[in-house]
Amino acid sequence: MTDFGFKLSKSSAIELDKVDTSLYERLCQAEPGARICMNCGSCGATCTAGPYSGMSLRKVILGLQRGQDVRSMLSGCMLCGKCSMVCPRGINTRHLILTLCRIYD
Amino acid sequence: MIYEGKQKIWKDYQKEIPDDHWYYVRSCIRQNFFPASERKFTDITKDILGKDVYETPYHTTCGGIAYHCDAIPQETAMTIVARQFALMTETGYENYVPSCVTSFGNYIEILETWREFPELEARIREQLWKACRREFNKPKYIAHTSDLIYHWRNVIAEKAAHRLIDKETGEPLRMAEHIGCHYAKMFPSKSIGGAEYPYVLAGMIESWGGQVVDYPERRHCCGYGFRQYHMKANRGYCVSNTHKKFESMEPYGIQAILTNCPGCCYFMDRWQYVIAEQTGKTYGKDGFGIPVFTYEELAGLVLGYDPWDLGLQLHQVAVEPFLDRIGVEYDPKAKYLGLNKEDLLKPELPTNLKCF
Repeated sequence: MTDFGFKLSKSSAIELDKVDTSLYERLCQAEPGARICMNCGSCGATCTAGPYSGMSLRKVILGLQRGQDVRSMLSGCMLCGKCSMVCPRGINTRHLILTLCRIYD
Repeated sequence: MIYEGKQKIWKDYQKEIPDDHWYYVRSCIRQNFFPASERKFTDITKDILGKDVYETPYHTTCGGIAYHCDAIPQETAMTIVARQFALMTETGYENYVPSCVTSFGNYIEILETWREFPELEARIREQLWKACRREFNKPKYIAHTSDLIYHWRNVIAEKAAHRLIDKETGEPLRMAEHIGCHYAKMFPSKSIGGAEYPYVLAGMIESWGGQVVDYPERRHCCGYGFRQYHMKANRGYCVSNTHKKFESMEPYGIQAILTNCPGCCYFMDRWQYVIAEQTGKTYGKDGFGIPVFTYEELAGLVLGYDPWDLGLQLHQVAVEPFLDRIGVEYDPKAKYLGLNKEDLLKPELPTNLKCF
């Protein structure tokens, strides 16, 4: 292969017809609040751990909807509950995260 | 009623194009990429269509390439453009036609900025006077050269020696059209068909007998994007965009691509070689690529010009299968003979992309 000093980068496009969303469905059954998230990002904006650990509940939910592995982000959560206080949809975010941890375990 | 309504809406997407007396300015990069295209534009418009198209050797780049690369501020580009307008004013022309899509976008952007901020225009006039003692009138009309070929597409079709039809099957050729971003996406009202339904190239293909094929990433940028290409660290992003387009058009059996932007034509042609070297994949039939043409080259082929006079030997992707398909006669031995039969030397052939 010729080395041009640059190469093709993998496309970040997601084919929604092909992704596996079974994990997201299991989460919604255990914590229906996940379904009403509108991805506003208030949780991520208020997260104390976010700037240091990369944790963002918005990204977690979006990642699950896209069939991505979000395990690494969960370990950054300190369960302080600030996100539940600012969520405009009143989602029980702490329960959501704990449920997801249980599903992964 | 519905038909009339549609016609009324479509009228908003059209523009009136003056039929004659144009002041022509060339692109700074096209001369190096596809050197015969601009020459053929003047040949076609002057010799075949009998139009008054004037150009002066004193014009320069419009500065758009440096402006979009963040190398110069817009005010510098404005002063360069003011000098171009001064040259036009001195020759007495009022209709301005640049050959480059980025120039077209640059001129429109500058005129719109001056309309919004007249004090800025006054400052540029002053700077131009101080720099070179010139004054200018703003053009009455600015069109891109593809607008003019579109405007005269039916006249070209009447004089056609070849049509975009497969001579074996009699079927129209399946062609994709790719509009440069700076043509319709910056100021949609200044283009034919706007940003949503740009028709300038589709109209040419249809008039000359081909079939325009739609595909999901049809309006995606070619990837050039100035900053993306000119900084080597970003070049992978540039080729990835082109790759995305070719992956998207692959299932549709496209036989050729028509473009109206210097960068789009160059990169969609050359990146096919890079993609083939990096992935081993080619997008045309039998290991060939998909040929990418400028509108002057395609008009030239339709009008019966010799493909090597049109500079098609300087394309990375081999054009011979396309020429065979529409029945253009050519001498394979003359491919790498330049002007006055001077030997251009045969280039090294790629590993994966089939070429002659």
